[in-house]
Amino acid sequence: MTAKNKEPYQQAYYPPVPTGLTRYMRTSLLWQHYRFWVINFKILKLLLKSHH
Amino acid sequence: MARIIILGAGISGHTAARYLGKWVGKQHEIVVVSPNAKWNWIPSNIWVGVGQMKEEQVTFELAPIYKKLGASFHQAKALSIHPEGGVDADGPYVTVEYTDAARAGETAIIGFDYLINATGPKLNFGATPGLGPDDGYTTSVCTPGHALHANEQLQATIAEMQQGATKKLVVGTGHGMCTCQGAAFEYIYNVDHSLREAGVRDKAQLSWISNEYELGDFGMGGVHIKRGGYVTNGKTFAESLMVERGIGWTVRAAVKRVEPGKIHYEILDGSEHELDFDFAMLIPPFAGQPMKAFDQAGEDITAELFAPNGFMKVDADYQPKPYEDWSKADWPNTYQTPKYKNIFAIGIAFAPPHLISKPMQSAKGTPINPAPPRTGMPSAAIGKAVAESIRDILAGAPEPTHTANMAEMGAACLASTGSHILKGTAATMTVFPVVPDYDTYPEYGRDMDLTFGEIGLAGHWMKYILHHVFIYQAKLRPGWSLLPD
Repeated sequence: MTAKNKEPYQQAYYPPVPTGLTRYMRTSLLWQHYRFWVINFKILKLLLKSHH
Repeated sequence: MARIIILGAGISGHTAARYLGKWVGKQHEIVVVSPNAKWNWIPSNIWVGVGQMKEEQVTFELAPIYKKLGASFHQAKALSIHPEGGVDADGPYVTVEYTDAARAGETAIIGFDYLINATGPKLNFGATPGLGPDDGYTTSVCTPGHALHANEQLQATIAEMQQGATKKLVVGTGHGMCTCQGAAFEYIYNVDHSLREAGVRDKAQLSWISNEYELGDFGMGGVHIKRGGYVTNGKTFAESLMVERGIGWTVRAAVKRVEPGKIHYEILDGSEHELDFDFAMLIPPFAGQPMKAFDQAGEDITAELFAPNGFMKVDADYQPKPYEDWSKADWPNTYQTPKYKNIFAIGIAFAPPHLISKPMQSAKGTPINPAPPRTGMPSAAIGKAVAESIRDILAGAPEPTHTANMAEMGAACLASTGSHILKGTAATMTVFPVVPDYDTYPEYGRDMDLTFGEIGLAGHWMKYILHHVFIYQAKLRPGWSLLPD
């Protein structure tokens, strides 16, 4: 970063960038299988609370 | 026997038709009027726009479905509403103009006891000179035809890059008052994914332009979510994803006009800028479908039934008031029109009382703020609630029995960021409620347990499965009414 960061501040300088582990977990079959059911459960809760 | 006319067969109109057909279709007459012969699962159009899906995978013929439901289907567009009757009939009626090849241009009147306006948006490309695929220089993914055209242009651009050319691609919103940033958000990541798959990502300069104050606003004023021990604004994650994919962005921008290869835009400080492009997909602003309304004497009462933007006024508080005084009580509950209790407007067709995002104006007076989204899950929920109310009114209830206030309902958005069964990802976002409710949730206006977001393959699986589930449901396949809307 030090060697590259000679130009004026860029848009991409500030936002967080995912680490290798975060990127790996996004497509890890085991983890994403677990997240699939968590997301389903969260959306189900959302639907139940939205119904009038 | 009462006759219920539903104008429009999009997500909200078709939802209302399905349930009314199931609940009261045997005792009463359901009539659906839509200018399109086919139903379209619009959220998957972005995949048609990058060649991942064919038009047939996101559409199907409506006529056989309504035949199965026992409803009449008129392929026609509505021209006018006569809620008190008029010269052509004693009771309430609509006039329609047929759009199918056999009767194109013919007009007819159809009487009604109840009317549901679900006509959706007019894609108002004309608001920005040079915008759109028909009379302009940009593409769109708002209809299957537009998405096919966008993919043709995209593939031609990719082919040139494969020959060594470098190209500038721009995706976003084409006016200062657009909504539907989510569709553009999904599209830019699918374009990025396609460029990578084609091995030409290094030849492309990919840019985002929108009327949002910050990335991740989506017309809902953005969201706060809990992540990593902090409560963080969605802007952080939206910017992070842009940086990760090497996409630059411009926000607080109103596109003023488009010339071949050049977008002219104004930003909030009033300064004007240009953005060069070889390929651009810009979402148009929405307006209400052009319909007139007349009273019994034939006097034009369009301004009574419709807001100036063409959307139908319902039981919302349309009294102009400063932003500080906006509240959840302004938003409609039953979607019944105030004067005519047998007329309802659902989905995009109802007039929102005001923005959800904070109103912004450039130094030159140009409004630059997203309009409120009311697509997808809220559209279906509103359509079902109105169908329930009409069912109960037909059974003797004195007034609507069900509500679907956007300040009391949540929405889930599965934004594809690349389509692949093992390598694809999508941003899963849920928000509750859609319209922030600072009375109940003083800090952020939202329930922090039901408002969350994450990116991953699971989101892509969800989006892909829901694509098939919703099409299955819309086709009235066995057990359709047990599936969530």
